[in-house]
Amino acid sequence: MAHRTIKVDYLARVEGEGAFKIVVRGGVVQSAELSIFEPPRFFEAFLRGRAYTEAPDITSRICGICPIAYQMSAVHAMENALGIAITGPLRALRRLVYCGEWIESHTLHIYMLHAPDFLGYASAIEMARDHGDVVRRGLMLKKAGNEIMRLLGGREIHPINIRVGGFYRTPHRRELAPLAEQLMLARDAALETVRWAASFDFPDRERGYEFVALRHADEYPFNEGHIVSNRGLDILPDAYDDHFEETQVERSTALYSRIRTRGSYLCGPLARYNLNFDRLSAIAREAARDAGLGATCTNPYRSIVVRAVEVLYACDEALRIIAAYEEPEQPAISIEPRAAVGYAATEAPRGLLYHRYRLDEDGTIADARIVPPTSQNQASIEEDLKGFIEGFLDLPDDELRHRCEQTVRNYDPCISCAAHFLRLEIDRG
Amino acid sequence: MANDHPRCIVFGIGNADRGDDAAGPAVARQLRMLLLRGVKIIEHGGEATALVAQMDGAEAVFLIDACASGAPPGTIHRFDVAAAPVPDVALGLSTHSGGLAMAVELARALGQLPRRCIIYAIEGASFEIGAPLSPPAAAGVAAVACRVRAEIAKCANQGGGQHA
Repeated sequence: MAHRTIKVDYLARVEGEGAFKIVVRGGVVQSAELSIFEPPRFFEAFLRGRAYTEAPDITSRICGICPIAYQMSAVHAMENALGIAITGPLRALRRLVYCGEWIESHTLHIYMLHAPDFLGYASAIEMARDHGDVVRRGLMLKKAGNEIMRLLGGREIHPINIRVGGFYRTPHRRELAPLAEQLMLARDAALETVRWAASFDFPDRERGYEFVALRHADEYPFNEGHIVSNRGLDILPDAYDDHFEETQVERSTALYSRIRTRGSYLCGPLARYNLNFDRLSAIAREAARDAGLGATCTNPYRSIVVRAVEVLYACDEALRIIAAYEEPEQPAISIEPRAAVGYAATEAPRGLLYHRYRLDEDGTIADARIVPPTSQNQASIEEDLKGFIEGFLDLPDDELRHRCEQTVRNYDPCISCAAHFLRLEIDRG
Repeated sequence: MANDHPRCIVFGIGNADRGDDAAGPAVARQLRMLLLRGVKIIEHGGEATALVAQMDGAEAVFLIDACASGAPPGTIHRFDVAAAPVPDVALGLSTHSGGLAMAVELARALGQLPRRCIIYAIEGASFEIGAPLSPPAAAGVAAVACRVRAEIAKCANQGGGQHA
């Protein structure tokens, strides 16, 4: 047992294609490597030469699970470049559609991908045979998120209704009424989900992460705010490149992000929660406290509970937005292109999603840069594997492998999003 | 409420902008032209839970997908998965294997699988982003559209409730 290699060649229950390898020598974890082998997709190159108006629809194709996040980061970066700010009902509708995506994406991960780890099932299908009512509750909850996406995005998959300056079409108040009815039931289901997730057994593991998330003056963050951390970072998105860097490693088609002066960091639900607990709605804060979370949580295995709290918040916030909704006079404001650079960071379900665009005078995209959350979390995933697994080394290989997979799934990694770049170097001697 | 629970649903699964992965959506588009009464046609990305939610309450579903099993391009595979599990060979066939197989088995585990559930998989030649359907896959699309239409008509004639 002195020398052990734990390998998973194809990670199940994550989005996309990845693997990991852990090498143990003399009872010490020597290395933990996450490999992302999904082919790179060159979206940043596709964007060059296209009109600024096309970015939301092109970038939404990066991910079938979180297209709204890509659209939101794209439109906010373009609006930043063109010197406009969206306010009032249009701004509220953007928060609403983001609520839909969080509900859909988080619920999928909680019920279908992560809960089986805690309840001892190999898949959600096996879990459904024993816990049919629980899985049905998850499907009902997710459907409420899908319905928001369908109504505001124009369709559930690859939404088409979001544009720079607003929407192509905004809903009438009467269209939102059935949605509100559905969301009230979903909010109850979300509360049950928090209680259910809190009842799982969690490995007793904690780590001193640098959490990075948006923070807004008075909202739990979706589209706006400073990028802050628990170690003093406090910047606007236009300073992102000054503080974060991406490097390539041979084993991965995704770039590795680090904070320039410090190293790895964690973004996503756990970071948002720790940096914005006081911005949650009352019902979400209370549910979190009842679930034993407190205002801070540094155990990544409890991220499933934090996700459930965020689903509850998203249902509650969606209902608040619908109750206050006044139909806008125009679905979008008019915009004149100009030569400029625009920056935005929004909170995708999995964490911070940064976009930067440089535009020519006529609004043609001259350069684009996209940093998805899974790229930002790669180093942290590896450090979790390295740091936590040492305490599990007495487990047989199968159980240890499962514990490693569960540790990766704490992050709900979206490998399809992360694999976006590969530098090709040819050495011809 | 008829639209909420259509008796028969055809799902054309795949990415319409990714070469022969467009086979499923292409079948859906051909069938949509026929205006089949009582039949809902859905183009779908293949995400399992969304499929389960959408097939709930239907009497019959046809799931059309592209596949890459190594058979000659254009080959058509058909599986009746209402009574038997999705066969292992089919798991490896679909380009959305996790999604499609998981949807069927999840629906079965929840007791929500429609009484009639048929998978058609069309062998693709290329799945390049932006590429059109290859000629063999396009031929497969035409053939599957005819076969699904005939199955729906037969089902209606047998009192299955469909009116083609």
